[in-house]
Formats: sequence, structure tokens, C-alpha cells
Amino acid sequence: MLEVKLKALLDGAPAGVDAALDVVAGLDEALVTGFARLGPERAEALTAFAGALAGTPLGARLGEAVEKAVAGSVSDEHLAALAGGRSAVLGAVHDALLDGLDEALGRSRTAWQTTPDAAVTPSSAAAASTGSGGGAATSDSAEAATETLGDDAAGAASASVVGALAGCRAWLREVAITGWRGVDHELTTACDRVVEALLAVPGLRGLAVLVDGLAAELRALSPLATAERVPARRWADMWARGLLLAQAGAWHGDVAEVVSGRLLLLGVDVQEHGTAVRAQVYAVLEPAGGRPSRLVRTSVAAAKVETIVGSAVWRLLGAHPVLMGALADHRSVEITDMPLLAGGDLVWHDDRAMASTPADPFTTARVQLAEASAPPVTPLDRHPVQIAEPVLVEGYSSDGRLVRLGETALPVDLDRLPAHGPVTAGLVAASSACIGLMRWDGGRWLLQPLAVQATVKRKAVVAHTGDWAMGPTDPKVVKAEAKAGDAVAVLRERARRLLRR
Amino acid sequence: MDADEAAWERHSVLRVVPPVAPRKLAKVPFVELADGRLQGVVSSGSDIERVYVSSIAAGSHAMSCSTNNNRPCGGLHGTACKHLGSLVDEAVVQYGVDRVARYLRVEVPEDGRLIGALRGQVERAPAAVVFSRFLRHLTYLEVPDSTEPLAEMQWFPTSQAVR
Repeated sequence: MLEVKLKALLDGAPAGVDAALDVVAGLDEALVTGFARLGPERAEALTAFAGALAGTPLGARLGEAVEKAVAGSVSDEHLAALAGGRSAVLGAVHDALLDGLDEALGRSRTAWQTTPDAAVTPSSAAAASTGSGGGAATSDSAEAATETLGDDAAGAASASVVGALAGCRAWLREVAITGWRGVDHELTTACDRVVEALLAVPGLRGLAVLVDGLAAELRALSPLATAERVPARRWADMWARGLLLAQAGAWHGDVAEVVSGRLLLLGVDVQEHGTAVRAQVYAVLEPAGGRPSRLVRTSVAAAKVETIVGSAVWRLLGAHPVLMGALADHRSVEITDMPLLAGGDLVWHDDRAMASTPADPFTTARVQLAEASAPPVTPLDRHPVQIAEPVLVEGYSSDGRLVRLGETALPVDLDRLPAHGPVTAGLVAASSACIGLMRWDGGRWLLQPLAVQATVKRKAVVAHTGDWAMGPTDPKVVKAEAKAGDAVAVLRERARRLLRR
Repeated sequence: MDADEAAWERHSVLRVVPPVAPRKLAKVPFVELADGRLQGVVSSGSDIERVYVSSIAAGSHAMSCSTNNNRPCGGLHGTACKHLGSLVDEAVVQYGVDRVARYLRVEVPEDGRLIGALRGQVERAPAAVVFSRFLRHLTYLEVPDSTEPLAEMQWFPTSQAVR
């Protein structure tokens, strides 16, 4: 059954996706050369971008933004409109892709609840990104996406927040005007102060790690004027999300509800760049009181330096021993009064969690995954890169690169195989069951393994990406880690002696 | 690459920064390829409170080594001091010999020891900038953990081992 439906999913993108992405490419290319140097070709592509959104609530605003950009006098508001329009298009692509995936998986998803004062709350701001809809209600939300957002927050936010966001907007404006090709050492270095100001505000952490990651990439490819190629889609993604976040900060909103119950872990995806690491855990929540099971995520993150890599990153997350212990030991977790955001993110509090009975993630996936209801996606988060749906795939054959179910071949997301856990391409090749995340990038669906059941030398082997959460269990890795020493301890000692002078 | 797969420029998730290898940090706590230099901070062998700021310029291979208080290193005249030697060795562990050689614009010698191929003049470079970059680097370890949803991290997949 899954095989047949997956085949339909993999056979082609939903109608309009390619065309929508071509339109986005017009804006992405403009960011490569910069708004200060738009030639006729780029100007035409930008006009086409605005034209594609002409019928939407953002249409008029975008029309003006592109006109000004082409005339060489783009303002912050215009740039915000462009970022908003780009997010709207990618939001529509996201929705089309996720609808197709939900149908293939038979997954039921809770609808996004628009609150009555939707037009002025950031979280609803990109209801415009649901795309095809249009209409008066969406119009209000789209307005909010570009303007009201900023006004709203300025009233409530402290001076340090306002300053940090303004600094970030100014940097993103410079970058847009200069273009990726024109970014020099000075502009990259200027980002350091922006990041420091953002990191000082806990609520702006997402923007801080985004901009910091982007700056490191600019540095890695410098000198950009002569770089062989520039990751246009990727950097435009970051620029646009950064600019929207820099209007009024994060939009995940207030706590939607407080939940208690049993958490059955499915697996963990670790994401990182030079100075940040986060473990995002996927789980089924059995709410107390016998209500239906739900799919949830939770995330813990730490700052780091680039020399802390591989299995050593787990040490940075040691402040969350219940969660890490449950990952390593395959246990369920009893949670009490944990905040749950509207987009399905549990805000982790290790002191409100207690390790409970053993729970095999494969059993959870087999018994619970099909029934659990999925959370809605926060409107401004709708972007193909955010699609990460937990799935169980069984009874396939694999060479480590592709997972074959009958005539259907699903590529394995090799770029997301971890250095911090025992799941390798070799094990995937020897596996017959996999808990993974369905992802979409570069025009195709991919399977990111979180756990595999394999047969190696006639022995059953099970590996999960979180198996080393309490420290590596593979003697070779333990030895390598011991050889490198405890990077955190060494740097803390250096910091103690040199920093507080 | 697959026939169906979009061009590199049209991917949202790409590994732009090459991976680095873990290494012992005690002797050389900080190394970077930045500002047109291989530069870093080397712990003094004799005084636990002292560090040296050492750098080698890309292209010219101009060498500099001084304490963080800007006193010139006594071991650097004409040929590289032991701090510069350690800096290059550790950079090679962290980034791989090819990446370091490419950055410095030097051929990798047959014995693989880059330091022997560098014939730059001694040219004092300011230690303050590098030292403050090192201190900034250290401040990351003081940033508190976050349990925010951080959807932004979806653009940054897990690191992979250096090949």
C-alpha cells in the first residue's frame, strides 16, 4: 500500500511546483548580483517574480518593491516585502508537497487555528503563504507579514531586542544591495557584532544561529567575487527567513497548551554548524487522560565551536539528562505540564520529565505512528526545508544509496547521515527496516534514516542516531574521542584564564 | 547526480563549509584560515598564563609570532619558531593538508611537512585582532542552552567525518 502511494508521490512534483521555484530563482539571482547592480535580465526576472504574486494580497506591495529595486532605490520595507513574497511562494510549494506526503502516508494533520485577531499576530502573518487561497482574510495576514509585524513588537520589546533586530536588518540590507558576489571581508566581519547582539537575547536565538551560520559560509567561500559558484537558493532562503525574523523576532507564539503524558521516542535528528548544535527529537505523545496520540517534536540546543564535532557534541547537551538518557537507553518518558507550541514543538524542561519503561522506537513506529495525528505547520515556517515527517519503511532492499520498495526507489539522504551516531550508509545497505524522516530538496524526496534494523554477518543489528547520546558505545569511537581529549574542558580552562581580565 | 536532481544552486541544503576534524586543543587552542592568513593562538610551553598569537600570510608567507601582550616571540628570527610549527601542524589536523596548502598557496612537499616549504619574511602582524577573535570564539561556550524550536537549524544538517 505504502509502496503504491509512495510511487505516486515520487513520480513527480505536484502541479506548479517547478514553475513556482523558477519564479523564486528570479529573486535568488538578483541577490547574487545585488540590488545595486541589477542588469536588464535580473530586473526582468524580478518583475516576473512580482507578477506571479500580483493576484495575492502582497501583490501591490511587491509591485512597488520591485519597481523601486529596479530603479535602484530599494528600502527596508521593500526588502521585507520581497522576503515576504518569496516566503509566500515557498509556503505554497511546502503545502502542496506536504499534502501529497500526508496522502501517501495516510497521515491526518490538525488544521492551523487562526485566532480572531489573526491579522496582527506574527504567527498568522504568513497565512498568505498558504498560497492559492487569497481573499480578504489572507489579505490582512499578508499585510501583517510585511509591516504590522515590526510596529507590534517595537511597542513591547526591550531596547536590546530592538537594537539587535535593527542591526540585523541593516546588515541584511547591505548584503542585499551588495549581492553575494560583492560581499567582502569587511561586510562579513560586520556580522560578528550583529550575531553577538542577537545571541544576548534568548528569544532571538534562532535568528542568531541562522545569521551566524550564513556568515561562516560567506567566509568559507570568500573571496566571493571569484568563487566558482554561489549557493543561490540556500543563501536566499537564509536571507529571507532572517529578514522576516528581524522584523519582530520569532513567531512560534505563546504556549498553546500545557501537556502531560507518556512520550514514546521515535528518534533524533542532530543539526549543527560551526557554532551551534541542536538535537531535535521526534516522538509520539500519549496524552494523560486517554486522548488520542499525537506526533510531537522537542529540541535542545547548545552553542559550540567548530572543533567540537562528531560524537563529542553530545557532551554539550548534558544539561538534559532525562532526554539524553531516554535516547541512549530507548526508554519512554513521563512528562508533566510541559508547554506545547501550536506548531507541535514541546518546549523541553528536563525537570518536568522522568525516564520510564523501556520502549523500542520500532515498536512505537509500528504500533503508533500510523494512528498519531500530526501537528499543523506554523504559517511562516512553511518552506520545503522544514518538511521532516517521521515514517517507518520496511521490507525493502537497499544498496545504501536507494531504498527499493518493489518498483519504487527512494533516495537515501546521505548528506544527513550522522557523524555522532552509529547509523552508516553501510548499515542502511544491510537494513530491511528503517525509521526515518521524509525530506524534500533539490526537486526530489529523500529518506533520512534515524534508525535501522539490519543483518550484518547473519546477526541482527539495530542502530539509532541517538545511541551515543550518553557517550559513544563503539570502542573505536571511544578511543578516538579519548585521543582528541575533552575539547570543552580545555577551552573552558583557557577561557577562565584569559577571558576575565 | 541523478538526472531528476536540480542543479547545485537550486538546493536549500548544501554543505558549504567543509567539515573539520577534532584535535587536541591544549597546545593550540585556536586555529583559523581567515583574513588572508593562517592564524591562531598557541599556548606557551613554560607559562600557563601566557599565549602566543602566530600567523602566516597566504601567498607571501610572511610570518609573525608574539605574545598576546604584543611582545615579539624570542624564537622567531629568519626561520619559523616552534609556535608557528605547532600552528601549522594543528591546522593540518583540523583542516587537512590540502586545504591549508591551498589557502596559503604553497605546494605540499614530498614529506608532507608544510612548514619546511614556507620561506616568508618575519613581518609583525597585529596580535590584537587575532586574540580578540579567539576570545570571541571562547565566549560561545558561555552562551546558555536553548529549548526554543529553532526551525532555522533545518538548513544545517549534521556534520560528517572528514574524509
